[in-house]
Amino acid sequence: MARGIKDKVAILGMGCSKFGERWESGAEELMVEAFKECLIDAGIDKKQLQAAWFSTAIDEVNVGKSGIPLSMTLRLDNIPVTHVENMCASGTEAFRGACYAVASGAVDFALALGVEKLKDTGYGGLPGGRGAPLQQLWNANGTAPGNFAQLASAYMAAHDVGYDDLKKAIGHVSWKSHQNGAKNAKAHLQKAVDMDTILNAPMISAPLGLFDCCGVSDGAAAAIVTTPEIARSLGKHDVISVKALQLSVSNGSESGFNSWDGSYFHTTRIAAKKAYEEAGIRKPRDEVSMFEVHDCFSVTELVTMEDLHISETGQGWKDVLNGFYDADGKIPCQIDGGLKCFGHPIGASGLRMLYEMYLQLQGKAGVRQLKDPRIGMTHNLGGSPRENVASVSIIGRLDA
Amino acid sequence: MVGIVAFGAYVPRLRLNRQAIYDANKWYAPGLRGQAKGERSMANWDEDAITMAVEAARDCLTGRDPKGLNNLYFASTTHPFKDRQNAGVIATALSIEQGLLASDVGGSQKAGTSALIAALNASRGGATSLVAASDKRQTRVASATEMQYGDGAAALLCGTEGVIARLVGSHSVSLDFVDHFRGETAEYDYGWEERWIRDEGYAKIVPPAIKAALAASGLKGADIAHFVMPSLMAPVPKLMAKMGGIAETAVRDQLAATVGDTGTSHALVMLVDALENAKAGERIMVVGFGQGVDILVFEATAELAKLPKRLGLSGWMARRKEEKNYMKFLAFNELLPIEKGMRAEFDKKTALSILWRKRDMIYGLIGGKCRVCGTVQFPKSQVCVNPNCHATDSQDDYGMAGLEASIMSFTADALTYSPDPPAYYGMITFPEGGRFMSDFTDCDKEQVKVGTKMRMTFRIRDNDTARGGFKRYFWKAAPV
Repeated sequence: MARGIKDKVAILGMGCSKFGERWESGAEELMVEAFKECLIDAGIDKKQLQAAWFSTAIDEVNVGKSGIPLSMTLRLDNIPVTHVENMCASGTEAFRGACYAVASGAVDFALALGVEKLKDTGYGGLPGGRGAPLQQLWNANGTAPGNFAQLASAYMAAHDVGYDDLKKAIGHVSWKSHQNGAKNAKAHLQKAVDMDTILNAPMISAPLGLFDCCGVSDGAAAAIVTTPEIARSLGKHDVISVKALQLSVSNGSESGFNSWDGSYFHTTRIAAKKAYEEAGIRKPRDEVSMFEVHDCFSVTELVTMEDLHISETGQGWKDVLNGFYDADGKIPCQIDGGLKCFGHPIGASGLRMLYEMYLQLQGKAGVRQLKDPRIGMTHNLGGSPRENVASVSIIGRLDA
Repeated sequence: MVGIVAFGAYVPRLRLNRQAIYDANKWYAPGLRGQAKGERSMANWDEDAITMAVEAARDCLTGRDPKGLNNLYFASTTHPFKDRQNAGVIATALSIEQGLLASDVGGSQKAGTSALIAALNASRGGATSLVAASDKRQTRVASATEMQYGDGAAALLCGTEGVIARLVGSHSVSLDFVDHFRGETAEYDYGWEERWIRDEGYAKIVPPAIKAALAASGLKGADIAHFVMPSLMAPVPKLMAKMGGIAETAVRDQLAATVGDTGTSHALVMLVDALENAKAGERIMVVGFGQGVDILVFEATAELAKLPKRLGLSGWMARRKEEKNYMKFLAFNELLPIEKGMRAEFDKKTALSILWRKRDMIYGLIGGKCRVCGTVQFPKSQVCVNPNCHATDSQDDYGMAGLEASIMSFTADALTYSPDPPAYYGMITFPEGGRFMSDFTDCDKEQVKVGTKMRMTFRIRDNDTARGGFKRYFWKAAPV
């Protein structure tokens, strides 16, 4: 009987590049930047790495396929490098691969590194395209904001929430993340923004305005994992261990079967439930110290906090407006600025979220440091509300 | 008895105000002032001769199973493809491929009436034949034709059972009288002097043909209750009627004030208008002029009143939105080098092998219905989508094109490239089962709400201009 991942793997070191419009850097420079910090933090030699997982999402404008770009860039020691892509959950997938390798006993040290170089397309927003050749023949002429904006229309209809209330709540989500991002030197957007500016911004895809959309950024993040025993033997005192790694992937029931109403993430609910079970968490609203969730759009975060079983269904907008998720609220969410302000280099985002949790759990988050966090939870949502990949990870202090 | 057994029409929702055309161009062409009255139909950016013909054909086939149709004639002078059967696209959209002879008819303004005669002749042997005529002609900025032309389509089903308008007689002459032409490389018509066309063309070609058609029908001019004749010269039909001994009161309105001249479809569009107003026993004469003339004489039967209700010309006419934005007309017709942005640059190459494999899904909007659990789904798949079923290889074809859907979620997207921003799209659900994320068309902001009832319509998605204009068609949802 499988017993799950809880406390079988420890994070030995992490690194994260500065996120943003890194005009001066290619993916290679970003990888090296994150890896250097990660390797120093881990305190091992590069030659001790026995396997690596490498995540990117949009190969067409990034480094291309295969594990070769990582191995070449870091001059790895001809170790196995696996390239993973699972949309916005790609970074978390690289981490999951590395953790499973360690947990299996196959290797002692594994690297997970994610990178995305998005700002080489010549226009704002995510690189476009209409998908696979068959999808091009029938999928709606949509964009990421357009797909996620529909959550808002369905959420308002499902819970009888007025347009102004919803607009204010999602505006507050972004306001809070800007407040947090302003305290993060690695964040893409480091400027606090007032509510009027947010609410009166140009419409991107109704009802999402400019400030309801996250940054399109370049960046890389990395983790080296090992077992808790090895971590201790290397002199690590406050060992941060993995408590849960869960992934749930749509099978078409949302997009093709008439039961889902479009107002929530079916997969996130499943992944969260399994993650709490794996981590042994019974009352997440009381036990989780902080969140980094997938706020690709403000309304995504709002709905996700319900799907993670923190806010009651249909009531999340009230928690948001009451400041429950603010930096000084009961459970801070996106304390590093989130995708909204730290930025969203897709293949790196899952690892960047873990990076902030890892810093916070060790008390190394500087001006953003929360008081005595013990459990941190991250969440990625790749795709669209109707067809997606949802990943939920929980890490915490080994003694938590 | 051979004749017409059903009719249908289609007129795009947008109606371009002619005063708006004139206001934009009067600095250059003040002579257009006399035509700055009423409105002309204007295809949406995602409509062409094929999509309009599909709509007219669907209208015509209201309440009827199209299976078993033997012939499909598609008349147009603006077939979207020079080599690739345009009628075949319509047939696939109507899900009537098997046992069908499909043909494109073109090359003249009388292609519509010639196709109708061919269909009626084919029906003498008992075949059921559908004629769809549709035109969307390009016009130069500040030209008279820009004012005069309209976009539209008509469809007529011919057969021997349930005839609503019996063919009494017909007569055709073919003469290489070139009143206008459009050469192989031309996008626009080139016309000769109107007075010459009137005096040497219409006046000398049409009256003898009317006389011959009446003789073939055993009728006199006074027996004609509805005289259907399109002409860009407004007084000509009355003149021809007079010369043929037909009462002026029988001359039918050319729909110039509301639609404009829809090209080779127009005689049939006007015939549909006549059929919507004719009484049993009344005779209708149809004149199609262009390098000669076709004359057809019909007699309405008692079956006409029993025809299942359809939108018809009057219904589509009522589904109207006035457009006063002449710039939009220019942009929709690629007459303006408008900035489209980098998001319009995505390659639109179509994998023809995929299109062939999936033609029922893409052109026919055929989904699946699970024999095990009864779930309707789109697309049809090998494993049933119902989470409580997941049966394998259990689905039968299930047509979705004729079903009404409703909006579950929606957005107005200002980021994606659309020729008519913002792009409206959203999840639509069918009460029978099935849903998908659909582009919306022919809609306004205030219509797009959760719960709005939508009708599926066959439209252009993309135009692959990098490969000579391969148009990608699929279905979109429009408010009912």
